[in-house]
Amino acid sequence: MEHLGKQTIKLDKPVTILETACIVGPKESDGPMAQYFDQCLQDEFWGEKTWEKAESKILKETVNTLISKSGVPANQINYCFAGDLLNQCISSSFGLRELNIPFFGVFGACSTFAESMCLGSVFVSSGSATNVLCATSSHFCSAEKQFRFPLELGNQRPPSSQWTVTGSGAAILSSTGDGPYITHITPGKIIDLGITDANNMGAAMAPAFVDTLINHFNDTGRNPSYYDAIISGDLGYIGKDIAIDLALSKGYDIKDNYYDCGVLMFDKKNQDTHSGGSGCACLGTIFSGYFFKQLKERKLKRILLIATGALMNSTSSQQGESIPGIAHALSIEV
Amino acid sequence: MEEIKTNKQYSNYVDKKTPNSPILKNCFNAFWVGGLICTIGQIIFDFCEYQGLDETSCSTVVSIVLIGLSALLTGLNIFNKIGKFAGAGSLVPITGFANSIVAPAIEYKSEGYVMGVGAKMFTVAGPVLVFGISTAVIIGLIARLFVG
Repeated sequence: MEHLGKQTIKLDKPVTILETACIVGPKESDGPMAQYFDQCLQDEFWGEKTWEKAESKILKETVNTLISKSGVPANQINYCFAGDLLNQCISSSFGLRELNIPFFGVFGACSTFAESMCLGSVFVSSGSATNVLCATSSHFCSAEKQFRFPLELGNQRPPSSQWTVTGSGAAILSSTGDGPYITHITPGKIIDLGITDANNMGAAMAPAFVDTLINHFNDTGRNPSYYDAIISGDLGYIGKDIAIDLALSKGYDIKDNYYDCGVLMFDKKNQDTHSGGSGCACLGTIFSGYFFKQLKERKLKRILLIATGALMNSTSSQQGESIPGIAHALSIEV
Repeated sequence: MEEIKTNKQYSNYVDKKTPNSPILKNCFNAFWVGGLICTIGQIIFDFCEYQGLDETSCSTVVSIVLIGLSALLTGLNIFNKIGKFAGAGSLVPITGFANSIVAPAIEYKSEGYVMGVGAKMFTVAGPVLVFGISTAVIIGLIARLFVG
């Protein structure tokens, strides 16, 4: 492994993303990406008594699906890295408690999946592990309950608000296999430009996305056209627009090959999701369900995956604190 | 676009980029739904009067029926849809108050009746109660002192 420039690591020993899996909730199942997911649920509770239990179950079943799809049994997975949005990451620890794999709980808000893959790929590339499991989840109902209002409350959402994706995405990183390979990782800095509106997460996170993006280009000497797709996690419509503007003001035109999972997830017009999808599972499921398959089928050959997170909680919001953003990037190539 | 250097510049830029809520449409819907709820209240009132109840009892019956209805609609997952459409129109009448108590009660039932329903029931309505009652006390005192 080699440290490049300011904050990038080049993985000399290629790390293969062996397999991915994802399960989504009912609203995502009605969206334009439904055909790409492994399982579409019809019930947000999935037979459980609470939203929190349902989220853990979604994560657990996603990992079970991943294990059976990949053919790598749980006892051959050396470590797992997982995290979610619920206080102290309970969905991950409860969902994975029966798995008997050494576990690292990771929190990067909605950037958790990329953060897990960054850490996992370093473990694999360094020879410390052969197979690593990365997983994440989010649930609209449990997130609303923790961060906003009870679901039955009759209030209005502003146009900049986003819709937390219900679902879970998981991936196995391996030192064996023939790609797609994680070749570079660029962990991001905490960036805070003073946005305090918890209903405008895209605006809070976009500067972090652009900072990581530009540092990645500076460190690697690459430019936007090197990639077939540059993918952000959940900036949504407003955040995506801002990110394009910010990148352009710094001399990088990403308009033509830039996608945001929050924009891809829902049909804005018919699903009433305002600025788009959000949550750990937004990038987790769209990468696992869609982009990974595109790479496997070689329809895309080089992608830059940048997951963004808003590092706040409901107390910091009420105390008037601004919302620090973060973004972690992975360069994935076949 | 020029490069953004300060938080203030960014905040101004974000304000320009972020669409506003459709205020005219929201006001219109709030107006007619709010008016409709009040009309329903008046119909109940008139019916009670017709049945021979005195004015105070009629008002009480109106409150009971509207609160009961909104609690029922909250439980049936209908009130949040009305609220999303009508905003302040369904929030400001007593219907909104009922909804703001029943909604957390449903949401937090999973944490048990004492620490869930009991403790969390007033998380939304609490401020309304605290400041509503405080204002009533202050106005009461003023009325007692100056009006006599």
